[in-house]
Amino acid sequence: MTKTIRFRLNGKPTTLETDGSRTLLWVLRDDLGLSGTKFGCGEGICGACTVVVDGEAVRSCSVPVSSVDGREVITIEGLAGDGALHPLQQAFVDHGGFQCGYCTPGMIMNAYALLRANPKASRDAIVKGMEDNLCRCGAHQRILAAIEDVARGKGGAS
Amino acid sequence: MTRDRGIDRREFITAVGGGVVVLVSVGPSALLAQDRRRVYPEDLNAYLRIAGDGRVTVFTGKIEMGQGVMTSLAQMAAEELRVALGAVEMVMGDTERCPWDMGTFGSLTTRMFGPYLRAAAAEARAVMLRLASEKLGVPRAKLVVADGVVSVTGDPSRKVTYGELAQGRRILRTVGDTAVLRKASELTVMGTSPQRFDAHAKVTGAAQYAGDIKRPGMLAACVLRPPAHGAKLTKLDTAAAAKMPGVTVVNEGGLVAVLHADPEAAAKALASVDAKWETQAPAFDTETVFDHLVKASPAAAVLTARGDVAAARGAAAKVFASTFHKGYVAHAPIEPHTAVAEVQDGKVTVWASTQTPFPIRDRIAETLGLAGDKVRVITPYVGGGFGGKSAGLQVVEAARLARIAGKPVQVRWSRAEEFFFDTFDPAAVVQVASALDGAGKISFWDYVVYAAGDRGAELFYDVPNVSIRVSGRWRGNGTEVHPFAVGPWRAPGANMNVFAKESQIDIMAAGAGIDPLELRLRNTTDARMRAVLEAAAKAYGWKPGVAPHRTGRGRGLACGIDAGSYVALIADVAVDRATGVVRVERVVVAQEMGVVVNPTGAAMQMEGCITQGLGYTLTEELRFRGGEILDRNFDTYRVPRFSWVPRIETVLVRNDEVAPQGGGEPAIVPVGGVIANAVFDATGVRFYRLPMTAERVRAALSPEKRN
Ligand code: FES
Ligand code: FES
Repeated sequence: MTKTIRFRLNGKPTTLETDGSRTLLWVLRDDLGLSGTKFGCGEGICGACTVVVDGEAVRSCSVPVSSVDGREVITIEGLAGDGALHPLQQAFVDHGGFQCGYCTPGMIMNAYALLRANPKASRDAIVKGMEDNLCRCGAHQRILAAIEDVARGKGGAS
Repeated sequence: MTRDRGIDRREFITAVGGGVVVLVSVGPSALLAQDRRRVYPEDLNAYLRIAGDGRVTVFTGKIEMGQGVMTSLAQMAAEELRVALGAVEMVMGDTERCPWDMGTFGSLTTRMFGPYLRAAAAEARAVMLRLASEKLGVPRAKLVVADGVVSVTGDPSRKVTYGELAQGRRILRTVGDTAVLRKASELTVMGTSPQRFDAHAKVTGAAQYAGDIKRPGMLAACVLRPPAHGAKLTKLDTAAAAKMPGVTVVNEGGLVAVLHADPEAAAKALASVDAKWETQAPAFDTETVFDHLVKASPAAAVLTARGDVAAARGAAAKVFASTFHKGYVAHAPIEPHTAVAEVQDGKVTVWASTQTPFPIRDRIAETLGLAGDKVRVITPYVGGGFGGKSAGLQVVEAARLARIAGKPVQVRWSRAEEFFFDTFDPAAVVQVASALDGAGKISFWDYVVYAAGDRGAELFYDVPNVSIRVSGRWRGNGTEVHPFAVGPWRAPGANMNVFAKESQIDIMAAGAGIDPLELRLRNTTDARMRAVLEAAAKAYGWKPGVAPHRTGRGRGLACGIDAGSYVALIADVAVDRATGVVRVERVVVAQEMGVVVNPTGAAMQMEGCITQGLGYTLTEELRFRGGEILDRNFDTYRVPRFSWVPRIETVLVRNDEVAPQGGGEPAIVPVGGVIANAVFDATGVRFYRLPMTAERVRAALSPEKRN
């Protein structure tokens, strides 16, 4: 049923009048024009739709938009500050941590939440934390290298 | 050929927008003759334009699906033109702006299209030099060019830019493929690894894929699907869906779909559709398919026959006879098949996730009964293809629905649809018998492959008596041998053929007590193959030894030729006897691919091949019962994950004598073989079937089995 949902989206207060049971992914993509968040499996398995809600990685294909009411949502579009890439984004560029790029927004957002909780994450912790984000192109080795670089402070982690 | 539908050269250059345009024409070849609805001049392979602002635009029917050709093709153009890479812009996969192309597959972009593009760029540079020589009043021999600026040797203040030369002009040049390309030793842009053109867009979420295209009034479509291939619709009631607000129901020519502005509402409407289906009793399944394949495959065609196999077999002291199996494998790109179609004034425009924009354009035109120039296919970034986005059913569905609904329509397959309508890599069987003589030379090779086709079946070892037969192919529409459609999957068929071949070589090495590297070197004089074998062995630190060591850890070796490139792999594995899990710890991959256009890009493709190859080797096997597909998502169909990924070390073996060769596929073909060989070394157990799932490995290693 239509309800008013207020949350911060990429730093900006956002108000929506919509059916709160709609899936966050489609509201982001269709109503809010943020198409960087991708559909991959629709069942919370692949991670392509990952966004960050109150600092935690959330699979936007598997939660209703009502669940972000009053919370802080960051999508891939909200990561880069004025013109400058976020260190994680820069590290993905530097290491070639993508091929087709379709898993990339989800990878970066998942890594963002991971490093937020554990800024100096070890390689093992990174592998574990990224395990359920799927990449079919096989960019894994470079994605890991990119995240590790930021965890080691090479990219100036935020 | 429908020349009347094409535009002539003058119109063409007007459409392109002036400046200096160079076309490459090597037609009419067999490939070009395939295009029945060519809109462009008939014999056009590639073209580029230098505009008045000095910018260079390359137009190509190839598409970018992660393999990096957007960047590597631009490097080729920049190299021959002598402009900065940043001055080059790529327009890809747009059937209205780009020259016809058969599709992006087979690692052909670099080796087939690359030379055309380089020829166009080289010719453009020659035109620029001629214009500069007129303008500066200096003979061409006295001119040098760098970064798009032509200057006089020894007097750099006398100069003119490409932009100035192209300004206000309308020059159209056509060349064959005879232009003089820069020599390997002269290359400065090719052979480097600049930042990829698509990098920024892909890390910021700005990169657009077909599903990101929004059109005014667009509806999302959910198409009614059968529960199994071959099922027949016996009852259909869409009344409930039709009553839902905003829902459009379509039922036309076998296409039943519900449409709504919101994809979730469309999915709900589809769930309310009452459909009954009649399914056929399953004739075979994941386990019993192999007998069926051998029986149902057509008579084998002879690929190679030399010497006297029967006599050699009779003379052999010990014959090694093996049968290998592999199941169906899905492409499973993370981006599902997606298309957005719009009809305006009788013209259809489609944004499609496809590897084959031109063939798809033709298919739409045919389905809708339109002329080729009434259909335009635009290809945004493609979120992974691996051969699976060559079919394009979703594109045709979107076009049909858009016309019926009179509104733009998006078709985006669900993951279950993706696993259902994929054109799978076929299950296959190989039977091979071979022997070694007293000197460790292969005396005969008797090989037959069912259902995988001939790619990779050819033997590069020097064997005097050979029979190689090929029964069936990797392509099929689901009405012949296979219960559903099968089609190209990254190096189609070669994964199976190389798994069988390279396993067999190791079986003989172990049987004769010969080091597997030594056996390979003893049996091949091919210098390119020897070079990659030796490079891999050196990078790995190979010490001679005979498998199996049976320590729970093992090393394997396998090699292959694919897409014009040579590749050798050495892998370390650890096998957990209790769980059956095979952990690949390290892979060294040495590849020789002629002149390397972009070394980092090449390494990324090699790594991608190894990682993706772990899937078909260890876990990926589509489970089915008759026409029913049992795997519907990534929970049961397990693709490689971060924790599986070994340390991958890539070695590029230099060979400037050979033009650039394919890089997207070669390194995946020996993955099955190299891991099977390493598992044998670790355990003493030989696996003849892929994937080597933990379950199968555990069962094979269980004490009862091993007595
Ligand atoms: S689309 Fe959400 S996890 Fe796959
Ligand atoms: S880069 Fe293609 S799926 Fe990860």
